[in-house]
Formats: sequence, structure tokens, C-alpha cells
Amino acid sequence: MTDADKGILLNDADAILQADIPETLLPDQQVKARERKTLEIDSHALNFGPQHPSAHGVLRLVLEMEGELVARTVPHIGLLHRGTEKLIEYKTYQKALPYFDRLDYVSPMCEEQAFALATEKLLGIEIPERARWLRVMFAEITRVLNHILNITALGLDCGAVTPALWGYEEREKLLEFYEAASGARFHANYFRPGGVARDLPAGLEDKIGAWAKEFPAWIDELEGLLTENRIWKQRTVGIGVFTAEQALAWGFSGPCLRASGVPWDLRRMQPYDNYHKVDFNVPVARHGDCYDRYLVRVAEMRESVSIIEQCLSQIRPGDVKVQDPKFSPPPRAEMKRSMEALIHHFKLFSEGYHVPPGATYTAVESPKGEFGVYLVADGSNKPYRCKIRPTGFAHLQALDELSRRSMLADMVAVLGSLDLVFGEVDR
Amino acid sequence: MVEARLSSPQQVSLQGRLGALAFTFSTTWPDVLSAGLEKGELVVRTTRDQLLPLMTFLRDDPQCRFEQMMDLCGVDYPSRAERFDVVYNLLSVTLNQRIRVIITTDEVAPVASVSGLWPCACWWERECYDLFGVQFSGNPDMRRILTDDGFEGYPLRKDFPLTGYEEVRYDVESRQVVKEPVSLAQDFRNFDFVSPWEGMLTLPGDEKAHEVRQHIRRSRG
Repeated sequence: MTDADKGILLNDADAILQADIPETLLPDQQVKARERKTLEIDSHALNFGPQHPSAHGVLRLVLEMEGELVARTVPHIGLLHRGTEKLIEYKTYQKALPYFDRLDYVSPMCEEQAFALATEKLLGIEIPERARWLRVMFAEITRVLNHILNITALGLDCGAVTPALWGYEEREKLLEFYEAASGARFHANYFRPGGVARDLPAGLEDKIGAWAKEFPAWIDELEGLLTENRIWKQRTVGIGVFTAEQALAWGFSGPCLRASGVPWDLRRMQPYDNYHKVDFNVPVARHGDCYDRYLVRVAEMRESVSIIEQCLSQIRPGDVKVQDPKFSPPPRAEMKRSMEALIHHFKLFSEGYHVPPGATYTAVESPKGEFGVYLVADGSNKPYRCKIRPTGFAHLQALDELSRRSMLADMVAVLGSLDLVFGEVDR
Repeated sequence: MVEARLSSPQQVSLQGRLGALAFTFSTTWPDVLSAGLEKGELVVRTTRDQLLPLMTFLRDDPQCRFEQMMDLCGVDYPSRAERFDVVYNLLSVTLNQRIRVIITTDEVAPVASVSGLWPCACWWERECYDLFGVQFSGNPDMRRILTDDGFEGYPLRKDFPLTGYEEVRYDVESRQVVKEPVSLAQDFRNFDFVSPWEGMLTLPGDEKAHEVRQHIRRSRG
């Protein structure tokens, strides 16, 4: 209590004299003096991050602790803010696309898909069938990539080291598919407005098929390490519980929403590309705790493998991009002979294409949840505004609610189960 | 693309339902400026004063049931009197529909916060305030969120330069991070892609001759 407050305290005699005067008639200061004040002397603030290994990037949390209980969580974000939305306003649509790889760098192709779909919607172009299948297949490969990293990193945070070692080996196989298709392991720049960058090299489909056959066995091994593990369950069951109502109100999506018991999957409910042509289950859990989020992700990996197999059986040879030189570059060989092809190539990579005025909010089911792009075009060759709706932003915001009155060590488990990547949250 | 979406029966019924909703808004709500389908997406434009009643209705009405606020963002049009659009993207998981509500505001007029309806709006509004300087009244925690400590200006406004005004570096001598005005060795290269064959009739520097030509053509006609 400060000295100023002490000065205006009524002494006991005054209090008796004024006991029958209604509070509303007393001068303001005296009314204030009657208020009871409780001072917290036992709480202290703890700085978590931004260099903490289990902060999953550059997150800084200021935790108000009561002993070992977390009373309040204040996330400080923006340490990785690079002004992506501003940069995109100064780039042509083609040059804007690679920025999406750098948002959620754990699931790059799904982010590209959102921007490519939004641009295609504004342009009013339809992509060829083979490109749709390739997109679905690589989006699912991306989902497996993302879930492996998330599950094993969460295991690492809770003390299980082995899954992470196994998981990186498995991720390496998938990144080789990335590299074979796009030429890059992470920043693929593969899904483009109008299709995909190039066709698969010979033999890659067989390799993906062989991988899809043996991968479920790996998931079984992973589950053998974790699912019934006593320590794992003690660390995750009943931790960070969110009801369906809370999850909806806080803008949750993806596995975090499904773990709370809401059967919502954009691939099923608002299908894009070729998701309406594949058959898959949407795993839903009931309790909304960290363990259920883990279970949903494991089940989703199995579904992804099944989708990849369906893609491989239905995909047919054909074009992989729109056959319109205004939107996709001509083949290299043609440029050597045809003047027109050369001009098209030059115009496409210097000026790009002009997108008719309009706006769209296009969302995809990225491995983390709903990833949306609100794209406003003004008829020029650059986006007028490109708002990126990151998934983790909404999840991180609920961290205070999720971890209130939990133990400090559980904070790490909750944080890991939300699957945050700060390239995406901070943009 | 739009045709492809319309082809499935599920999508056709969705379009019909959204159209019916648009009709309801444009006929029964007093301050709805426009409501309709744009590229298959339901867009409602309203005024600042009507925002809270409309949003409450959208969340609670059994025809709407937009339980989730997925996104809130600003768009800057510096030439307008009320330069900012504030765009709300809502999602209903029970009825599988989306809606976009757009209002306009300027630098000083506050927008009523919807964080009482959807708690997640708090950070989205903070972000919009941080990047555009849009004021929200009733938000419990109105601080900047993404930009650096001590940042000045609103970076996503169109009159804010891409390079910004200040750059920071660690100064070895004073042993602290110092801020300095941005100095670039080369100007930012921003090309003008207005095509003389498509949109532009008068080439830069050619205005007088063009005027004369136009005049001649008009006098002949």
C-alpha cells in the first residue's frame, strides 16, 4: 500500500461517525478509502524464452507464477515479424508466392496452396487434373512432414528423445520427395497459380508409393513408444483442456479444434483441388487435452498415407499447368525457336499477369488448421492487399486460458501440443 | 473455377442459402449498405454504428450461427475520406458457411470492439491497430503486438514506405542497440507497369501532342 493511500484512510473514530452516512454522499476520496485492497506479495514473474528450446522458435512468455502454478501468461510475439504482407504489396503475384514457404516453414506447400487458390479464383482460371492430384498428394506429404515434427518435438519437450531421432530420419525421406519434385528441400515454390512448377521426375511416383507402403509400420513404432507410455500419459492426459465451446470462441481450427470434439475439416466440408475425389476419415477426439491433440495427429498421418495412395492410383499423365502463356511460362525448347514464346517468357517474369479487381478470402486446411489468405486485387500486377490468416496466432492467443492454474512444466506440453511456428504467427 | 464450384449439389445449395441471407440483410437491416455474393462469397457492408448489433445477430441467430471469427484485417485506401476498410471474416461450423463483414473508418473514429463476442478478436484488433492505426473502443488490451518496441508509425498504411524510416543495429562502442535513419545505397526500384497498349492512352511527356490529336479527331467527327 502506498503512502498516498495511507494518508486518506479514515481512522476508527471517523468511521463510526460516518457509519450511517450513505456511501454516495461521502466525498470521493473517502469512498475510495473504504475499498479493501489485497496486495499480492507471493507472485513473481518468470521470463520464458525467447531463446528457450521448447518455446518452438522466438516466443517470449512472461509468466506470473504463484509458487509453481502459472497464474497468468502474457505472450510477447513479433520477434520474427518481417513485414511479409507489406513486401507482398510490392511484388508481382509470382514473386509473392515464395514468401508463403517462409511463413510456416514446417509445412510450406500448404501455405503456397492457399495463395495459389486465391489467385486462381480472382483470375478465374482452372488448373489441369494432374496438377490437382499433384497438389493434393504433396499437401498430404506436407501434412505428414508437419505432424512428424510436431509429435516428436512435443515428445522431446516432455522428455522422450527417441521419437525425435526416428522422426528426423523419416522426414528426410519426405524431404527427398520435395527435392525431387521442386528442387528445394524446404522453400519449394512448387504450387503456382495455374498449376505446379513442373512435372514429377521419372520414377518418383513409384518411390512415393513404396514409402507409403512402409510408413504405417513406422507410425506403429512411434505409437509403441508413446501412446501407452505411462510417463507420456502422465505428462499429457488432462493437461491443457479446452472444451468445444471454448475452442470455437477462441478461433481454433485443425487438429486442435478436432481434439475438442468438433468434426470440422475444410478438406471435407469445403473441398478444394481434388479433395472431393478422395475418401478419408476425419479423426475427432473428445477431451480436448494435449493427449487428444497427439492422438488426432497420429490418426491424421494414417489418413494422409491413405490419401497419398489414392492419389497415386488415380493420377494420370497430362499437363501440370494451365496451357495459357499469359499465366505459365512456355517450355524452354519452344523459347529457342519461337519469338512469341520468348516475348511471353520475358513479359511473364518481368511484368507478370494483371489480376482483375476483386477480393477473396480463401482458406485451406493446412496441417496446423485453417490457413487463409484475404487477397484484394486492384487490376494491376501486384496484390493491393494480401492478409495472411495464420493458424498459430489464434492458438497462441488462447494460451493464457489454456494454461491458467497449471504447473510450469505443463506449460511446455501445452505449448508443444498447439503446434506453433513463429514464421507464421509473426509473419 | 466458379463454375466448377457450382457444379456440386452441395455448393449449389450453399449458394442459394447465402443468396437468401444476403437478401435478408439488404431488406431487413437498416444500415446495411450492401449485401451480396462476390465471387461466390457473401459480403455485407455496414456502418460503424451498426457493427455490434449486426455481429451479435450473426453469432446468435439460428439462420447464421457464425460461431467463429477467423480473421480481422484492415485495408487502406488513402484517397477515400474514410480511408480504412475493416474486414471481418466469420465462419459457421454448424451451417458450413462464411460471411465477410466490411466497415469503413478513418484514423480517429473508433470502431466498437467485438472482443466481447469472440474473445479471439482481441489480438486481431491489436494487430489491426498496430499495422494500420485503426482505433478500437472497448478492447481490453490495446497495445501494439507485432512491431518492435518503440516503433513509430503504422507500417501497412499505403503512405508508409516499404523501407521504413529507421534501422537498428548493435553498436559495439556504446554496447547497445541503436536506431538510425535508413540509408540505402540504391533506391528501391518500383517499376510502372501500365501498358501503353492496353490502358494508357497518353504517354508520359506526350500530353500536349495527345491533346492536339484528340482535338483534331473530335473536330473531324
